[in-house]
Amino acid sequence: MSDLLKVSSNPHIRSKSTTVGIMAAVIVALLPAAGFGIYNFGLRALLVILVTIASTVLTEFLFGLYKKKLTVIDLSAVVTGLLLALNLPVNIPLWMAALGGVFAILVVKMLFGGLGQNFMNPALAARCFLLISFPLQMTDFACDAYSGATPLAIIKAGGGVDVTDMILGNTAGTIGETSMIALVAGACFLLLTGVIDLRIPGSYIVTFIVFIVLFGGRGFDPSYISAQLAGGGLMLGAFFMATDYVTRPITIKGQYLFGVFLGLMTGIFRLFGPSAEGVSYAIILGNLLVPLIEKVTRPVAFGKGGRRYEK
Amino acid sequence: MSKKSSFSTAGERLTNGLLKENPTFVLMLGMCPTLAVTTSAINGLGMGLTTTVVLMLSNLIISLLRGIIPNRVRIPAFIVIIASFVTAVQLLLEAYIPSLNEALGMYIPLIVVNCIILGRAESYAYSNPPIPSLFDGIGMGLGFSFALTCIGAVREFLGAGTFFDYPIMPDSYTPITIFILAPGAFFVLAALTAFQNYLKESREKVGKEARHIGSGCSEDCMNCSDKGCSKRFYDTTAVNQGKNDELEFIDMEKGDR
Repeated sequence: MSDLLKVSSNPHIRSKSTTVGIMAAVIVALLPAAGFGIYNFGLRALLVILVTIASTVLTEFLFGLYKKKLTVIDLSAVVTGLLLALNLPVNIPLWMAALGGVFAILVVKMLFGGLGQNFMNPALAARCFLLISFPLQMTDFACDAYSGATPLAIIKAGGGVDVTDMILGNTAGTIGETSMIALVAGACFLLLTGVIDLRIPGSYIVTFIVFIVLFGGRGFDPSYISAQLAGGGLMLGAFFMATDYVTRPITIKGQYLFGVFLGLMTGIFRLFGPSAEGVSYAIILGNLLVPLIEKVTRPVAFGKGGRRYEK
Repeated sequence: MSKKSSFSTAGERLTNGLLKENPTFVLMLGMCPTLAVTTSAINGLGMGLTTTVVLMLSNLIISLLRGIIPNRVRIPAFIVIIASFVTAVQLLLEAYIPSLNEALGMYIPLIVVNCIILGRAESYAYSNPPIPSLFDGIGMGLGFSFALTCIGAVREFLGAGTFFDYPIMPDSYTPITIFILAPGAFFVLAALTAFQNYLKESREKVGKEARHIGSGCSEDCMNCSDKGCSKRFYDTTAVNQGKNDELEFIDMEKGDR
C-alpha cells in the first residue's frame, strides 16, 4: 500500500514555518531600515533601539515568570521593540522609549492574552500612547543634521521638498521611517520569503494614491505623489505593521477591504487632519475594525451558498 | 426589630457599600461620571460627596414613601424625588463652592440619571425600612467617593504630578498627559478594578475545586498543567495512547499485506 493511504488524524498538510522563523525574518527585514536610521541620526538612534528592545523583552520575560509560561523566546517581543523604536524620534528621552515598550507588551499584548490575542498592533498602540502623552517630545525631530520639520509637515505648510532625498532617506523623521529604499528592500525580502503578501500593502498604497490624486489638490503630479508615498512612515506601516498576522483580517477579501480602509483613512488624516501624518492612527483604527471586516467577508462553506441556502 | 439588630444592619449596609458591593469597582455602576470627572483627586472627591448627599436623602425619602408610591409609576416617582435633591444640591454648590460647581459642570445635573442612585432606590430603599436605607445610601455614596478619589488621585499623580493640587513630583518630571485625558480614565479604572479583584481573591479562602469555577480557569484544558482538575475534559495521557494506536494500526496493515 502506498504511504498516501496511511490513516492518521488531521491536520494532514503542515507548514514548516514557525513563529520564531517568521519573527526572525521580520527582524532581518527591518535591519536595513534600522541600520539606515543609525547611519542617518547617529549612535543615539542605536541607543534608543536597544533601550526599547530591552524594555519589551524584559517586560515579556517578567510577565512570563509571573504567569509561569515563558513566551519571550518566540522573538515577537524583539519585533515589537524594534518596530516601536523605528517609530520614535531620535531625541526622545530614554525613559519614554522604555515606558512605550512596557505599555506595548504589558497593556496591549500580555493583558489580552499574549501573542495572537492582542486586538491592536502593540508597537503602534505604544507609539500612539506616547504621542498623546508626550506630544512635544514625540514630534521633536530636530537633530544635528536636520532642522526639525518632517517633509510631510513642509508639504502641508505649502513648502517644497527634495523627493530624491526623501526616497533615499536623508530627511528628518522617526528613526526608521525616513528611507523608502531601505524599507522597500526589507519588504521585498519578506515578500520573497513568503512571510507577507501584497494584498494589504498593495491595496493600501493604491487606494492612498487614488485618494491623493483626487483630493490632494495637485492632480496627477508624480513628484507630489512620490513625496507622499516616501514620507510619514507609509512604507513602514504598509509593509511591516498593517500586515501583522495577529491584527489583520484572516479572510482574503477582508484583507483587500482592510487595505482600502487604511488607504482612505491615511489620506483623510493627512489631507484634512490637523497633523501631517496619519499612518499610525489609520492602522490602529483598521485593527479595531478587523472583527467587523471578518464578519462581513466570512467565506461560505464549500457546497453551501446560493439562494437556496439563504432560505 | 430591636435596637441592636437595626444598628448591626446599619453597619452591615455601610461596609457593604464601601467594600463588598462597591458601586464602582464591583457593581460597575455610574461609569459616566467616574470616567469623566476624575481628572483630579479633588474633583473625584467633590463628585463623590455630592452624589453621597443626594443618594442618602433620596434613599431615606423613597423608603419613607414606599407604602404610598404605586408600583406602576415608581420609576417616575423616584426620578422626581432624586431630581429635587439634585436641584437643591446644585443650588447649594453654586452658592457656597462655586469652584467645584464649575469643575464638575454638566455632571451635577446628570446625577439625576446616575444609575447608582436609581439602582439603590429600586433594589434597596423601595423594599426596606428607612434607617437601613439611609445607611445603605451613606455606604454606597462613601464607596463611590472612595473609588472616585482613588481614580482621581492616580490620574492626577501620573498625568500632572500633583496630589490634591499639591506638587509632589520634582520639576524634572514630565507628566504622562494621557492619564488626564479620556483614555487614561479607562486605564486607571481597569487597573484599580483588577487590583481590588486581586486583593479579594487572595483573601478568599477557597476550596481546591472552587478556584476553577471562578475566572481563574482559562478553560484551556489542553495547556493547563493541573491534571487533577475535575472540570478537565482533555486528557493529556490520551495523546500518547492515540499515537500507539496509530502505530498498531499500521502494523496491522503490514501484517495484512
